Amino acid sequence: MSTLEFLVSLPLIAALAIALGAPARCTALGASVLVFLTTIYCAINYNTSIEDFAAWQFESARTVLDMPGIPTISLAFGLDGISVVLILLSSIVLLAAVLAAPDESKVQGNSRLYYLSLLLIGGGALGAFTATDLFFFYAFHELALIPTFLMIGLFGRGENRIRTAWTITIFLSVGSLILLVGLILLVIKLGAQTFAIADLIALAQGQGIDAASQNWIFLLLLVGFGTLVSLFPFHSWAAPAYAEAPTPVTMLHAGVLKKFGLYGLIRIALPIVPDGFQHWLHLLLILLIGNILFIGLVTIAQRSLDRMLGFSSVMHMGYIFLGIAAFNTMGVSGAVLLMFAHGLSIAALFALNGALRDRFGDLTFRRFGKLGKSLPRLGLLFGFATFAAIGLPGFANFAAEIPIYFGAFDGDASGMNWLRWATVGALWGVVISAVYLLRAYRSIFMGNAPKVRLDDAPDMLLREMLPVILLIAGLLIVGFSPEVLNQYIRPTVNGLFLLSAG
Amino acid sequence: MNPDTLTWLILLLPLLSAATIVVGIGRWSNLSALVSTGTAFLSLVFSVMLATNGEAVASIAYPWIDLSPSFQVNIGFTLDKLALGMMLIVSSIGFLVHLFSLGYMRDDSGKSRYFAGLSLFLFSMSGIVLADNFVMMFIFWELVGVSSYILIGHWYEKNSAAEAGKKAFLVNRIGDFGFMTGILLVWILTGSIYFKEIAQAVGGVANAGLLNAAVLCVFAGAVGKSAQVPLHVWLPDAMEGPTPVSALIHAATMVAAGVYMLARVSFLVDASAVAGTTIAWVGAITALLAALMALQQDDIKRVLAYSTLSQLGYMVMAQGLGSAGADAGMFHLYTHAFFKALLFLGSGAVIYACHHEQDIWRMGGLRKRMPITFWTFALGTAALIAVPFTSGFWSKEAILEALLQQKMHGPYAVGIIVAFLTPFYMTRLVLVAFFGPSRTKEAEHAREVEPVMWIPLALLAVMAVFSAYRFLAAPLVAAGHADFGHFFSHFGLTATLSLVGLVGGVAGAWFLYRTAQKDPISIPLFRDKFRIDELYLFFVDKIQDGLARGLTRLDRDVIDPLIARFPAALSLAGGSVSRALQTGNVQTYAFLFGLGVVALLYFVL
Repeated sequence: MSTLEFLVSLPLIAALAIALGAPARCTALGASVLVFLTTIYCAINYNTSIEDFAAWQFESARTVLDMPGIPTISLAFGLDGISVVLILLSSIVLLAAVLAAPDESKVQGNSRLYYLSLLLIGGGALGAFTATDLFFFYAFHELALIPTFLMIGLFGRGENRIRTAWTITIFLSVGSLILLVGLILLVIKLGAQTFAIADLIALAQGQGIDAASQNWIFLLLLVGFGTLVSLFPFHSWAAPAYAEAPTPVTMLHAGVLKKFGLYGLIRIALPIVPDGFQHWLHLLLILLIGNILFIGLVTIAQRSLDRMLGFSSVMHMGYIFLGIAAFNTMGVSGAVLLMFAHGLSIAALFALNGALRDRFGDLTFRRFGKLGKSLPRLGLLFGFATFAAIGLPGFANFAAEIPIYFGAFDGDASGMNWLRWATVGALWGVVISAVYLLRAYRSIFMGNAPKVRLDDAPDMLLREMLPVILLIAGLLIVGFSPEVLNQYIRPTVNGLFLLSAG
Repeated sequence: MNPDTLTWLILLLPLLSAATIVVGIGRWSNLSALVSTGTAFLSLVFSVMLATNGEAVASIAYPWIDLSPSFQVNIGFTLDKLALGMMLIVSSIGFLVHLFSLGYMRDDSGKSRYFAGLSLFLFSMSGIVLADNFVMMFIFWELVGVSSYILIGHWYEKNSAAEAGKKAFLVNRIGDFGFMTGILLVWILTGSIYFKEIAQAVGGVANAGLLNAAVLCVFAGAVGKSAQVPLHVWLPDAMEGPTPVSALIHAATMVAAGVYMLARVSFLVDASAVAGTTIAWVGAITALLAALMALQQDDIKRVLAYSTLSQLGYMVMAQGLGSAGADAGMFHLYTHAFFKALLFLGSGAVIYACHHEQDIWRMGGLRKRMPITFWTFALGTAALIAVPFTSGFWSKEAILEALLQQKMHGPYAVGIIVAFLTPFYMTRLVLVAFFGPSRTKEAEHAREVEPVMWIPLALLAVMAVFSAYRFLAAPLVAAGHADFGHFFSHFGLTATLSLVGLVGGVAGAWFLYRTAQKDPISIPLFRDKFRIDELYLFFVDKIQDGLARGLTRLDRDVIDPLIARFPAALSLAGGSVSRALQTGNVQTYAFLFGLGVVALLYFVL
């Protein structure tokens, strides 16, 4: 069994063990610690001197289906610099999510199913980010989505949870189906005999796909992947789902699983249908500005913390799209780093959101005030997470946004163009983010005490703080020294653009 | 120690102090205060050592973002006169304010947080001063913003303090929106983010229109940080913070960062005449409007806050001249830092002695009860109103001279008018607060403050009078110094007008306020700060939040149904999916969905 097979199957085996009767929280924690250590092992032993995109390391492959007439499907795994960053993201957030999950006795309902689902989501995400075969790339993501839907329906909060579960299910399934059509068309048009992503890219480098088909395929991929990432206007599933899902599920989906669509655009769309990408660039820019400015303003109008965070996570996707739209090393590198940074910061914010909900239930801003006094630890951690999300220097988010802005601005000095105007819009979005996050912080933790007394709630326990500290530490380390991750991203993204140059 | 080691120590020690307090020793508030003050002292010592070394080239840069070959951002240092001088201002006033705070914040329940904030500020401010490139400057620019947010909102349980901190951060963010845009524009025009390389490349820029835009956008950053009109609204509210903070951050150093930045990039201002003129006029308008607002304020700190705005206006005017005015502006920044810190700490002593009373009409008679505070405050006032041969006099002359020489007649005229207004409102303040009978019990019971608080006042008073003279200005690497020979040989229009302004202003206020028990004049427009805050409030409440609510409705009632119904119809049309929908069971659906995926693959291929 190869390292990556071990990594991906670990959470799945642990999930099976829980189903068969192993103690749920213990097993889940053990598995996620092991997953974390394994990803660290992979990162340390990854050779960063290879400047190539989709040049897999830790490679392994087992042929699953080899029938004449259809492309060979194989269960193949491998890592390049981008996937290293994403498995680190997955394992850190998985660990934090399991840590933040309630004790078995406090789960309302079947606690085995609860923990088992978390592991399935984590395992699915790890599989999707390490699969080097298009079939499994897709299948692992689906594997992670299904328990997400289940968890919202079974363990979600509020009376609307079934409705919400249906909304996200239909949205993401339809998105996935559109994506599937796009992927299938892509394989057919390439005339590929295999689903191996590296082979598909190589084929695209040769004859490639004609411009007209590229345009269609890219549009399908953009809508498909885009729906999964809550690209405007395919976003309305996100805020209610994140507000009503159990805390660890929101952490995993908003933090990790949602990044699949962005990963897919970089992994598949950019190298294989670059002309289609150029064709739809203006559309993409308009949509991502929709994410940043339109949804940014919608976020300002939210009256409760959970929904505000949900919309803010939709909004911040616009920045990652902007990095991709820049289509150069700076922009795409920044986009990959921002996937990591956003994943950690939104997970931290939702963990804290969960801690507040456990104490006070309803999270309407108006109810709160002065909590900094009675809950200083929660206030401090919330402050850190808030400033990370605002993009304060020192946190990873800022270190990722800077190359995105520069990447999107790159070019000659003849004047402004679409990309540059979109960047200016994105910069205004930074002001918007600060408006809603600081308003939230102010109304919850600062100012006069509210009429209804809230100051008898206990401050955070170490057990609750641990996942948040883990996430914030990650953000600070990468923020102070982005090279920790850029060393992986740089050679791979440089490789991607060597491809398109060649 | 070599300059590299010194610089890194100056930068990192305060960060270490802040981190230690947050992570470890925060629960022991006296220890935290001591650690923070100790680091501030070390920072001062190392800054002095660095200045003694003289100009140097820093060789060790930390590669922060490395996306070579296309993009690289280093944390590296500039150690020229400008930086060394500014570093001395920051660290010396920083240390004195730490010292003063040991007394002022003695019994505060959030003392650890307060000192952590001060340390974080010192770290951030040092970063701005030492930066050798735009991105690094922007990084620390944002960080001083957050330390200012923390310190303004120190008494966060008060609604007014909570609002003021938020307002300061957000208004600055608006300026930084322009700043970052400007940095990006400069980058595409010159191909660099490093000051040295930009200075070399800027001459070859062909696209003059874009260059004007770039410089004006960069200037927007200074408008925010240095509180120039129209982004000045945050500074008066920032007085909600503890008074030592007002002295250090909102008078002497952070608000001067915009001026410092403009001096750092004066070659950019030189390259764009349009931007230069705009900058000078923005400074002039700020100087005038702020002085007018100061005439009618009753809160001792607010008077000083508006006078800070007004003096910053002078400095910005000078920076509008580009390299021709950069030295004059920096010279005024230098003298102002000391005398304004003195005035704020003095007002802090008064407020402390009067049990947190800030209304000057509820004071009176403090001259006898707090003699040290009074005399030091008087010397600070003398420097601010430019009494001949005090420090403020020399630097203000330098700015007015430079404006006249560069034929900026409009801003020059405004500068002269402000030179009349400043003595007027400051004389009013001193007369009402320190002279006459005590008007309240608090003022009657006021006593002189303890040595840890008055020693900084005394030291700063010495600086207020003498800092412009060569024996202090030269070792402190100031951008200018007093020059009697030049002054008397060139005695002319500027000197005459500003002396007339001084005498007129003091005499007018003396006449009106010597025995006044309440304000004899009332100008609502000035008192209400030209209603600019109301204008912003309208914009935020009605336009921004209104738009936000409107878009939310649009999102919920139009976009969601449009996007959701279409795929819903689509999925109903599909075979397996519609069956799942009919059973209404999520698990069934999930199972079928997985099957469907596989099946679809088989059929299609």
